[in-house]
Amino acid sequence: MTTVSSAEHTRRDFLYIATGAVGAVGAAAALVPLIAQMNPDASTIAAGAPIDVDISPIAEGQVIKVFWRSKPIFISHRTKKEIQEAQDVNVATLPDPETDAARTKAGHDQWLVVIGICTHLGCIPLAHQGEYDGWFCPCHGSQYDTSGRIRKGPAPKNLALPPYAFLSDTKIRIG
Amino acid sequence: MSGHSTYQPQNPVLKWLETRLPIGGLIHSSFVAYPTPRNLNYWWTFGGILSFMLGVQIITGVVLAMHYTPHVDLAFKSVEGIMRDVNYGWLLRYLHSNGASMFFIAVYIHIFRGMYYGSYKEPREVLWILGVIIYLLMMATGFLGYTLPWGQMSFWGATVITNFFSAIPGVGETIVTWLWGGYAVGNPTLNRFFSLHYLLPFVIAGVVVLHVWALHVVGQNNPAGIEPKSDKDTVPFTPYATVKDGFFMMVFCLFFAWFVFYIPNYLGHADNYIVANPAVTPQHIVPEWYYLPFYAILRAIPDKLLGVLALFGSILILAFLPWLDTSRVRSARYRPLYRQFFWLFVVVCLGLGWLGSKPAEGVYTVIARILTIYYFAHFIIVLPLLGIFEKTKPLPNSISESVLGAKA
Repeated sequence: MTTVSSAEHTRRDFLYIATGAVGAVGAAAALVPLIAQMNPDASTIAAGAPIDVDISPIAEGQVIKVFWRSKPIFISHRTKKEIQEAQDVNVATLPDPETDAARTKAGHDQWLVVIGICTHLGCIPLAHQGEYDGWFCPCHGSQYDTSGRIRKGPAPKNLALPPYAFLSDTKIRIG
Repeated sequence: MSGHSTYQPQNPVLKWLETRLPIGGLIHSSFVAYPTPRNLNYWWTFGGILSFMLGVQIITGVVLAMHYTPHVDLAFKSVEGIMRDVNYGWLLRYLHSNGASMFFIAVYIHIFRGMYYGSYKEPREVLWILGVIIYLLMMATGFLGYTLPWGQMSFWGATVITNFFSAIPGVGETIVTWLWGGYAVGNPTLNRFFSLHYLLPFVIAGVVVLHVWALHVVGQNNPAGIEPKSDKDTVPFTPYATVKDGFFMMVFCLFFAWFVFYIPNYLGHADNYIVANPAVTPQHIVPEWYYLPFYAILRAIPDKLLGVLALFGSILILAFLPWLDTSRVRSARYRPLYRQFFWLFVVVCLGLGWLGSKPAEGVYTVIARILTIYYFAHFIIVLPLLGIFEKTKPLPNSISESVLGAKA
């Protein structure tokens, strides 16, 4: 490109900058669909709609697993002993402090609904195992209590809670 | 391209890189300082357009492959899923399918430009032959890609084209079974066609690198058909050719966009929106428009093997063009008689294309036979004789003289 000796901006400079700016906008616009197409598509989103689960067949002390948005959800029908253990803990001593009340719905504290994915690196913990009468993750040894809270091991956070609500005493809607 | 490079990077990082991998110097000498004939017209932009379209097809293709399933039971549905569910899926699909048509429009204009201006003549024979190879690879890629949606035309087009090879005496049937991976076109066929369709564009890219390399060694042809004699005949590629090409590529993109957004199915065939049915052949099987002239030639010849040979021959004969055209003068600008035969040839090609879309019967077959004979006669009879007998116009002394007049 020939050099312009004076400091004056020429029409050519304006045209170059204007064309470059429009080109940059065009390039950014072209990237949008290329990147957006990797996000979940409409059929995947539709498959992730809320599900209704009938909890009446779950016996006391039993934990079942359902899938919502491809994630395992633990639905635990807790015994009186398990509820007591969850509520009696000194919350301040927990690695991730959270009360049991914050993790259950009012009037339904025998039901614990958590996402069954270890908050360490994503394995599915095993029910009714470990020192805290909750879950034990075999991958790296994390241990959760009867409220799904992390007690021991490398996991940083308690088992996550999915959005859910009680439609009636025997039916919950997850999602 | 020989001689001292004019690339002198100031930036210390670029200097460091240049002594280890002189890619900056290569880009500079190929696309910045590269001496370009000053009289190039817009027909010369199509090489750049083709490179751009190859990029578009690869990018949209890779992205479509993230959502496509190459199984006979799932392929058609996965394409409909792309159109309806994937974010911007409709846009990516239409860009890819219309992009293929644009790719072929550009390649035909690019080839006709070469034929008009004698760009295949000495010393550009290898450049031309590499181009023919790229064209053949493009046709293979286009065919493979069209089978993937697994519509009626996909399936039956695949059956017809793979059956070409059964014309080979002796080993023909064995080859066809080998291509199919079964007793007919089926799932093994679709799966391997998907793999090959993903592979070939990268083979094309490799041959394009050779094609551009061959070009840069001999330099571009130009509308006057005479080589640059001095620096006055050329301008640096950047900014002159860069900006000129950029402008025309944008115009081409408008043409592309018109199809993608307003008439995205115009160049396609409605029957390909029907799921492939191995029991029912559509009434009128036609390939995509860019294969129609060759389809007409195939059907014009009543013998199976000769028809297939004529089809492949009509493409391969292009490779011999540098030796079939005996004229010493390159550009049709100075060959008044050749110019008429050239346009006649273009009309014949368009005519063959139109005939390819018609049923192979009656007066259509008669005309197709006449045009097929003329097509081959153009290469085998007209071009060799013209070189000997044509009275050409006097060539200008230099490129700059042809542009600026005798005042140059």
